[in-house]
Amino acid sequence: MTTDAVLRPHAEQQYADELARLAEHDERPRPPGWKLSPWAVTTYLLGGELPGGAVVTPKYIGPRRLIEVAVATLATDRALLLLGVPGTAKTWVSEHLAAAVSGDSTLLVQGTAGTPEEALRYGWNYARLLAEGPSEAALVESPLMRAMRRGAVARVEELTRMPGDVQDALITILSEKTLPVPELTTEVQARKGFTVIATANDRDRGVNELSSALRRRFNTVVLPLPATVDDEVDIVARRVGQLGAALELPEAPAGLAEIRRVVTVFRELRSGLSSDGRTRLKSPSGTLGTAEAISVITSGLALAAHFGDGVLRAADVAGGIVGAVVQDPVADRVVWQEYLETVVRDRPEWRDFYRACREVS
Amino acid sequence: MIESRVLPDEEQPPAVAHVQVYGVRHHGPGSARAVRRALEEFEPDAVLVEGPPEADPLLELAGDPAMVPPVALLAYSPGLDAAGTGRRAAFWPFAGFSPEWQAIRYAVGAGVPVRFCDLPAANQFVAASGEQDDGDDVRLDPLGALAEAAGYDDAERWWDDVVEHRSGEDSPFAAIAEAMAELRAALPVPAAGGYRRREEQREAYMRRTLRRALKDGHERIAVVCGAWHVPALLEQVPAAADDQTLRGLPKARVAMTWVPWTHGRLAGRSGYGAGVRSPGWYHHLFTAPDRPVERWLTDAARLLRGEDLHVSSAHVIEAVRLADALATLRGRPLAGLEEVTEATRAVLCEGSDLPLELIHRRMVVGERLGVVPARTPMVPLQRDLHAEQRRLRLKAVPDPKDQDLDLRKPTDLDRSRLLHRLRLIEVEWGVPKEEGRSRGTFREAWTLAWRPEFDVELIEASAWGTTVRDASAARAQAMAADAGPLPELTALAERCLLADLPEALPEVTRALADRAATDTDVAHLMEALPALVRALRYGDVRGTATGPLREVVDALAVRVRVGLPPATTALDDDAAESLLDRIDAVHAALALLADQDHLTAWQRTLASLLDHPGLHGLLEGRLTRLLLDAGLLPDVTARMARAVSTGAAPARAAAWVEGFLAGGALILTHDDELLRLLDAWIAELPPDSFTAVLPLLRRTFGGYTAAERRAIADRARFTTSPPGETLDPARAAPATATTLRILGWETP
Repeated sequence: MTTDAVLRPHAEQQYADELARLAEHDERPRPPGWKLSPWAVTTYLLGGELPGGAVVTPKYIGPRRLIEVAVATLATDRALLLLGVPGTAKTWVSEHLAAAVSGDSTLLVQGTAGTPEEALRYGWNYARLLAEGPSEAALVESPLMRAMRRGAVARVEELTRMPGDVQDALITILSEKTLPVPELTTEVQARKGFTVIATANDRDRGVNELSSALRRRFNTVVLPLPATVDDEVDIVARRVGQLGAALELPEAPAGLAEIRRVVTVFRELRSGLSSDGRTRLKSPSGTLGTAEAISVITSGLALAAHFGDGVLRAADVAGGIVGAVVQDPVADRVVWQEYLETVVRDRPEWRDFYRACREVS
Repeated sequence: MIESRVLPDEEQPPAVAHVQVYGVRHHGPGSARAVRRALEEFEPDAVLVEGPPEADPLLELAGDPAMVPPVALLAYSPGLDAAGTGRRAAFWPFAGFSPEWQAIRYAVGAGVPVRFCDLPAANQFVAASGEQDDGDDVRLDPLGALAEAAGYDDAERWWDDVVEHRSGEDSPFAAIAEAMAELRAALPVPAAGGYRRREEQREAYMRRTLRRALKDGHERIAVVCGAWHVPALLEQVPAAADDQTLRGLPKARVAMTWVPWTHGRLAGRSGYGAGVRSPGWYHHLFTAPDRPVERWLTDAARLLRGEDLHVSSAHVIEAVRLADALATLRGRPLAGLEEVTEATRAVLCEGSDLPLELIHRRMVVGERLGVVPARTPMVPLQRDLHAEQRRLRLKAVPDPKDQDLDLRKPTDLDRSRLLHRLRLIEVEWGVPKEEGRSRGTFREAWTLAWRPEFDVELIEASAWGTTVRDASAARAQAMAADAGPLPELTALAERCLLADLPEALPEVTRALADRAATDTDVAHLMEALPALVRALRYGDVRGTATGPLREVVDALAVRVRVGLPPATTALDDDAAESLLDRIDAVHAALALLADQDHLTAWQRTLASLLDHPGLHGLLEGRLTRLLLDAGLLPDVTARMARAVSTGAAPARAAAWVEGFLAGGALILTHDDELLRLLDAWIAELPPDSFTAVLPLLRRTFGGYTAAERRAIADRARFTTSPPGETLDPARAAPATATTLRILGWETP
């Protein structure tokens, strides 16, 4: 299948050119099993210019040190745990890291409440098992097992959503680097280059805490929310543009001013401090990540396009914002009202927004 | 190695002397080690160190075994002017890893004369005009500038990478001197302002000191100074030119002493801090014999274990590997603080920033307090206190003595302020005899007792400031920065007012505002408000400026209004009672504040609460009463009728009555209508309900004075008996007697 026809190509397909060019210019030593040197992997993630003028686009906008720690972790064949609130590009980073290190980001196990242990180890083709008895042919390998055989990077998404006993199946794999198959009295020994990148959400409720035994086997990198308003406005505006096109919404120019306002509100409430640093605020119980800002803006755009005058206005985003902030009807409402009365009200250029919010609350 | 043949002054062309100038990075462990090594090799017969020459007589104290760095040389004006104007203080901090300290220790240890060669503090205290602009950072940290040019963000890193790890070169100082010469040539000459003049004076003085040392017959002279000054010292400048530069410099009186210093003060960038961001790390680098990374991470692991965090040796191994891998990735020969911190965060702390902060505080900065020998001269804070004691005629005696102060007298007021300030810097010389309520009066009673250890406390507190006032203000600000719950901060605000420290108040009030904003429990806010309003009023009495406090009170009042409605739902009896107390207190406080806007808004909030369904009876009654007293409720009788009508549960009605009447009995003696309603309600209660309600009513009426009870009973007797009914006094007699006794109308 060509990459043009698929809805979402893998990272190594989409950025095949860049990876090839990086490999071409990469003269530094590569750890065994790696497609690129650690320096080239860092450049791939953070962007840069190659000798010859080719430009590598940045995949991750954020602190350089985080990516350096992540790459250094993989280079010491430790497992990497990416932690962060929703919408901090954990999955995105893990996919691109795997694509750059192993040239393959598809060795993926998605963690859910129903993920069975077989998804991490191996399963059986039962028809074959019954017909022929246990044999290599009847074995259904997990992505992890394949990664071990090939010396590649395996990815485990949403590790904390898996039940605890399933998580712990990783312990042997990570410490012994082997996966025994007692039924066949064999084992799979990981080749050099094998490691695991796991992502987990540290804010969600109802997660299964990692056991300390497992936690010990990971190096942890916490991905932060965007550092500055401008970064975040940039990310939101770009993503909203892409989403609007994909959903084929009627054209409504997403006013940068309105986006900035939403981002500012979210940042202020999240950090518990007004942007001028003078007023302390309470933080609401819900997550106010970049992802929520994007969804508020897209739904505001839909409102403006279908029911408004086609221009994104304060009234179109007010409802969405209140809905996003006030998750707990009692505590969050107090938080929101305090915010309205102590911060929003005092900003003359926000008067329309204040009125719109008063109406919906 | 810089070896220059300096021709001493005109008339003496004698023996050729060897002078070595070591350009160092202040507080750089790499420099310190290199200086120590170079001195041991060179074996000078005199050592000159950058620093104030007034401290020369104090230098031998540095050899005292009781002297433990970090310590600082303190220069201060011993100003006898009681007004305290024009006082200045300057500190020259030394840590164990300071090259200057190593040079001094070497010289004292080897019995070699050692002298300071910088411009005297006496001259430095008189500001050269326009000196305020402190030049740019290049001059303060030239090695940092070079490091930055080489693409490093930490000068120590660059130094380590470039100097320490280069093999085959025994001393880095020649290269440093060359680099500095280049840097000085490349940088634009600073504008001809005070900064440049001061710089020229300092360097001229250094050259002059060097010339004098040569004249004294020393032949092997080592000079330890900031790298920036090396080219200036090596320059051939005629003595006459320097004399010209230094002629007629204004002087101030200066006294010097050693004071204990802390790593935390070294880390500060402002004030007297040295801007060393990681003194603990430097100390480690300087003291660790080998494998600094491994040792550091092991120490970090032990520290975390001490805090009951599970960190194993396996963690340390992985952290070391990660730090090394990171260093390789970043193209550095050895992992530095940055790599080590990243590794600590990712492995030892499992991504969490909290334990990392602990490591930063305890290891990277490091809680280390220096010690000075007992024979060190006294610090200015002590002198200031002695001056104050003389001025206020308060004697420091060990036996406890009572002192009554009348705050209307200026001397007594100053005494009170001094004692309050001393308490802020933990010198509990005076202890108030009764804390609390007596504040509103003009009297204060203290017990004074001086203890010898106060001197130690004063020396320690001298890091906060050179006068009792400055020190206590700085201390209060620091306390505000890490105070705990809201009441602690309100107490601190009150103490600042008592001690008359308006300069500390903004900091305290800002912390207070921040804490109030994030406190989710409206009860805390309501508790804080009355104390603050009291403080405001008290400030008025003492004539203290309370502007910022007023803002906090304003904000607090708003937050209380917003937060109160949700806090009034679904309360049990106890919770309602405690909330009632708080509402009363806030109400009284706002009345005391006498701000009509606040009062109106508050009353509006109360009025909106009143119509809240499910409001506890006690609260509803009380709110009705408060609003009635404010003259805002036209339909009180209707409300009371509703509250005590048969539809309402008797217990709730009783609670309502209790709340309503809690504020005094007068209303019943004056409003017949209400009294009749109440009376009718009690009369119509079914027997079971009456028994249930009776204790509540007893409690309500028990709170009144006997006179009030009698007045109510009188009125009840005359107004409420339905006319025309025939009574049988004999049958009613026992009941009447009991009732009378309950009412207290007639004592048995």
